[in-house]
Amino acid sequence: MTALHPAAGYRLSSLRKRFFRTPLQAALSLASLLLLGTLAWKAFDWAVLSAVFTGEGGPAACKAAEGACWSVIANRWRIIMFGLYPYEEQWRSALSCVIVVVMIVLSCLPACWTGKRIAAIWILGVGLFYGLMKGGVFGLRYVGEEAWGGLALTLFIFVSTCVIGFPLAICLALLRRSRLPWISRVTGLIIDSIRSLPLISILFAFAVVVPFMLPSWLQGDKLYRVIWGAALFFAAYQAEIVRGGLQGVARGQEEASMALGIGYWHRISRILLPQAMRNALPATINQFVISFKETSLVIVVGFFEILASGNAAYGTGEWTFAYVEVYAFIALVYFIFVYSLSRYGAFLERHMAIGTR
Amino acid sequence: MFALLRNQKVRNAILQVFFVGAIACIVIGGWLNAQQTLAQQRITSGFGFLWKSTGWEGNFSILSAAPNDPYWWFFVVGIANTLFLGTAGLMSATLVGAAVGLARTSSNEMLQLLGRIYVDFFRNIPLILQVFFWHAFVTHLPAPRNAHDLWGMKLSSRGLYVPVFNVDGIYLLASAVCLVAAVLLPFWLTRTRRIPRPPEQRRGLCLVASVGLLALASLIVVAGRVPGEPFLSVPQLQGLNLRGGTRISPEFSALVIAITLYGGAYIGEIVRGGFKAVGRGQVEAAASLGLTPWQAFSRIRLPLALRAMLPILANQYIWLIKATTLGIAIGFSDFFMIVAITINQSGQTLEAIGILMAGFLLINLSLAAIFNRVNKAIALKGNQLRS
Repeated sequence: MTALHPAAGYRLSSLRKRFFRTPLQAALSLASLLLLGTLAWKAFDWAVLSAVFTGEGGPAACKAAEGACWSVIANRWRIIMFGLYPYEEQWRSALSCVIVVVMIVLSCLPACWTGKRIAAIWILGVGLFYGLMKGGVFGLRYVGEEAWGGLALTLFIFVSTCVIGFPLAICLALLRRSRLPWISRVTGLIIDSIRSLPLISILFAFAVVVPFMLPSWLQGDKLYRVIWGAALFFAAYQAEIVRGGLQGVARGQEEASMALGIGYWHRISRILLPQAMRNALPATINQFVISFKETSLVIVVGFFEILASGNAAYGTGEWTFAYVEVYAFIALVYFIFVYSLSRYGAFLERHMAIGTR
Repeated sequence: MFALLRNQKVRNAILQVFFVGAIACIVIGGWLNAQQTLAQQRITSGFGFLWKSTGWEGNFSILSAAPNDPYWWFFVVGIANTLFLGTAGLMSATLVGAAVGLARTSSNEMLQLLGRIYVDFFRNIPLILQVFFWHAFVTHLPAPRNAHDLWGMKLSSRGLYVPVFNVDGIYLLASAVCLVAAVLLPFWLTRTRRIPRPPEQRRGLCLVASVGLLALASLIVVAGRVPGEPFLSVPQLQGLNLRGGTRISPEFSALVIAITLYGGAYIGEIVRGGFKAVGRGQVEAAASLGLTPWQAFSRIRLPLALRAMLPILANQYIWLIKATTLGIAIGFSDFFMIVAITINQSGQTLEAIGILMAGFLLINLSLAAIFNRVNKAIALKGNQLRS
């Protein structure tokens, strides 16, 4: 009993020191605590205590209740997650989403951080995803791209943007660093003009304008044109990050490799890029996070990704009042992906800073 | 032949010619192909369409636009809308961001937590989702008949009605210019060398200039009142609709709210980064010299932090200006939406995209130039940010 007292006293005094040092501090602490408590309680009350969870009562049960109407999600979650994908085949869409998540988790493990392994994981993953979604092989029913939607489409656009954009970014960065003045200048012009445009206008241009500029055999599906546009945009930003990483590599490294007579490709792939990517890793993850959030913009050029299918889920008929719940659900899906990725990025930044000091 | 190829200079020249040639081929090929396609669709290329009348109406404009106005005027209106939305969004996002950043760098851990929750919440949800949410929120407000009343403002599904002075537009503009001058003039007065008095003794002068300009601004407003109508026009319910005051469209308010909250989270992080960049030594030196916490903040930490955050802030502002293009998702007639409708209506695809690129390049470059100028003007000599 007596042994407990000093610890409790210490805890109390440290509490006082941290939150109640001066009257002003005490007032600030209490006010923020009050605000936080009210918000948390209101949110909890709305989302859990007075919410309707089952879809049995339909919209009428929701209108009677004070809180959230999760029955709209219970009724419409298949539209939000899978869009117009055929009902009996939706397990394929779900499995594809799981593949993407596994792929992202695998590429976050340091054991997979060699160029070959990362490339293998992503190419294999995207191939699996594509085959599973599209079908037509191994007895799976064929489902065309126009029927894809919801979370699966969002993930597909994100993943293929990265798979195309990342190698492109490295190419652009190397071209911009080229010693030949015309190559670096023209590449710089391309990168800078893409970066000065909003992504929406690039997506719009690839969806609407590019068909004018390409011969008909080169046009392809609108989905793939938009993915190429998004990849180009991603590459323009990522190229600057890679270039920054390359600039961070000590000059002596390149000179030493040249003095040893190592050729250009070896020098780039074995000496410069590995070090540059290490420098650029935090910014790269940040760029992935941004580009994941920006996949939601394809709604503007008319794709049925998770946000559009969410709009459709509450927009029709009886559920129009339940927009808050639908948006909260979609926001939660995005939040889980984006927040965990960005936390991982922050962890990595701290972790790597330890190594260099 | 092969001997020539072994020559590094020749090889480099060939490589560059190939590269530039390939890019040029893509561009010219695309251009020619587009000309051909457009000719098939009987669309004459060129900028002549700019002087034709449009035949459609925008739903929001700060400059007046009628359906028989020419295309070029609609582009101007679009740019004005984008800039207006951008300015409103940037200013409020900066205010929110400053508050969040200060909360996150404060010594109070409760405030820090509050700021952190704010940033994590709003930064990790896509902006377009927030725009959609706020648009749904604003359009689901009650009809004008049962509009919410908030400090004389009316919140209804048809828009936000705010009270305004019954004053001619031109007078309002003049008084706004005076207000801006009242804020900016003191800065110029303390820095200029044209006044033969040391900067410390110019305080009275600054005060007089500011107060004088403020008085002038209010005088202009009073002088410009529309005769025969009440000075302050307050929105009121008449029949089924609201009359009086000015209407802010739901699209505009949804965009401003979303940009403010989302941008505020990012700017808050930039502000925090700026304060973190101030060397510990500087802060400790200020404390050991006996400066009060407020003095240390306003004289040491804030000026240094401002300089550290300005370049990043400039990038964020450019990003936010570009983000106004999200207006197209909910039907706000900004520059991009005007371009998109133009393409739809007139088919002048390449020209309209060219105008879009030129417009954004112009906006971004001028913003960057302004910030570079400010950055240079306030830069410290030497390397005082690191300690």
